[in-house]
Amino acid sequence: MTAIPQPAPRRPRPDLALKHAILVLATVVALAPSAFMIVTSLKSDAEYTLDKVGLPDSLVLDHYRSVIFESDFFGWMGNSIILAAGAVALSTVVSCLGAYAIARMQFAGRGLLFSLSTSLMAIPPVVMIVPLFVLYTQLKLISTYQGAILIYAGLITPFSVYLLTSFFRTLPKEIFESARIDGASDLLILLKIVIPLSLPALLTLVVVNALYVWNDLLIAIIFLQDDSKRTLMAGISVFQGRYGDQIPLTMAGMVFASAPMVILYLAFQKHYIQGLMAGSIK
Amino acid sequence: MTQGSRLTPYLYVAPLVALLLFVFGYPLVRIFEFSFKMVRGIDGPWIGLRNYDLVLSQSLFWESVQHNLLLLLAVPFMVIWSLLIAVVLYERLKGWKLYRVVLFLPYILAIPIIAVIMKKMFQFNGPVNEVLRWIGLDFLALDWIGSSDVALWTVMLLIIWRESALGIILFLARLLALDESLIESAKLEGANWWQRLWHIIVPQMKTVIEFYVVVSVITILSAVFAYVYVIGGGRGGPGTSTMVVELYIFNALIRTSLPGIASAVSVMLFLVSLLLIVPLFAMRRRANEEEMG
Repeated sequence: MTAIPQPAPRRPRPDLALKHAILVLATVVALAPSAFMIVTSLKSDAEYTLDKVGLPDSLVLDHYRSVIFESDFFGWMGNSIILAAGAVALSTVVSCLGAYAIARMQFAGRGLLFSLSTSLMAIPPVVMIVPLFVLYTQLKLISTYQGAILIYAGLITPFSVYLLTSFFRTLPKEIFESARIDGASDLLILLKIVIPLSLPALLTLVVVNALYVWNDLLIAIIFLQDDSKRTLMAGISVFQGRYGDQIPLTMAGMVFASAPMVILYLAFQKHYIQGLMAGSIK
Repeated sequence: MTQGSRLTPYLYVAPLVALLLFVFGYPLVRIFEFSFKMVRGIDGPWIGLRNYDLVLSQSLFWESVQHNLLLLLAVPFMVIWSLLIAVVLYERLKGWKLYRVVLFLPYILAIPIIAVIMKKMFQFNGPVNEVLRWIGLDFLALDWIGSSDVALWTVMLLIIWRESALGIILFLARLLALDESLIESAKLEGANWWQRLWHIIVPQMKTVIEFYVVVSVITILSAVFAYVYVIGGGRGGPGTSTMVVELYIFNALIRTSLPGIASAVSVMLFLVSLLLIVPLFAMRRRANEEEMG
């Protein structure tokens, strides 16, 4: 997606307006929910009742105040951050070690491990929950961070291994050979050479995986049932039910809940798109 | 080679193997076992195929399956819409990179968030109906969320809206990797836009389109929980109109505490996803080869 060939020489293009119209229409459709969310969050309840579509007369920030001071949003967000950070850290360490071995070492079962791990990417998470729930109930791991982190880390690891193995394989052989002649151990090569060279791939991985954990609802509502452990996504499904009629307040909550992801996307847009395509095509 | 160095690779992959065995291996073995047992607590007696009999004789199960299958109707719309947008973006009109960033935004927003927003937008007295009435399309101002005849279609609209963003990005990436000279020479030979699209671009994109179709089918059969959980108020409502297989498993496990029943459905869903994984990986290989060649 880097090289952009020169545009073809311009000829009169009567279809140009139509093409622009299609893009504008698609943009409106893509942005309408976000626009509705932001505009509505700034209206008073009374104003929303009268006018559901237009811009607010004056900016009402009360709903944001309620979300910040009277709801559990920050607690939920904190839980989501702990889970995303924990799962991404665990999965990244495990995947770096594993992918390094798969990409750079000879051992029996290497190919099998890689294809099995890769095919796990396509298995729906819902298939795994029943035995894990039964086991966790027995081990008293329901509503614990460590229990949920382990599951999330497992679910994102096949993608991590896939991406890192492919990336490690592209690193030139000479680097490894010269380091080995200098007497560096495998772990030292991994830490001092491979990981610094793989920072773009690692960043992609962190962004894609963190968003997966952050956005998940299924695992969150099954394995984190305690109110104090509720994640942001589980929290907002409760929130919207409780404040069902107070739509501007609900929307202010949604603005809060979506802000971190949108910021992360806009900041690391290239990494996110690349990671996503690596995960689905290559 | 010393003894140590022969063992080294296994030390490196050990944590990986352990993690995958725990999160995938253990459950995948256990759902088969549980599906033949009457599980109470952690275990229970073998009861043969009774769980399967029970599930397969329940109309709610078949209704859930039917809803997942109906949602598959979203796939052709997703393909056509994404393909259209990707092809237009490929023309690299002014600002196409900005459009690309914006058009991918639906895929970034979490499903529960977007479902909450859409649920409010599509309320009977909500802004969508207000706009529809305003432009004179009163007959389209349906009770999108509250009517059991319409709710599933609203879920489908939402799925199309979000999952198309993935299609746009995938198709555009494939287009940008195309051999430009083919298109240029077709232009020189006088092929018009439509002919170039139909005879040159689409055939070249066959693999990525197939791939996207299979990924979308897997998503719709097994990963729409968050959509229906929010739109259907946690219960697949109104009535059972947005009940899907995942929610059926969830209810059997959490609400009625019948892990055996939940496992029998999980086994069936797993087998269906296995059937889809085989073509998926064949396509992935072909996509790779196309990019190499």
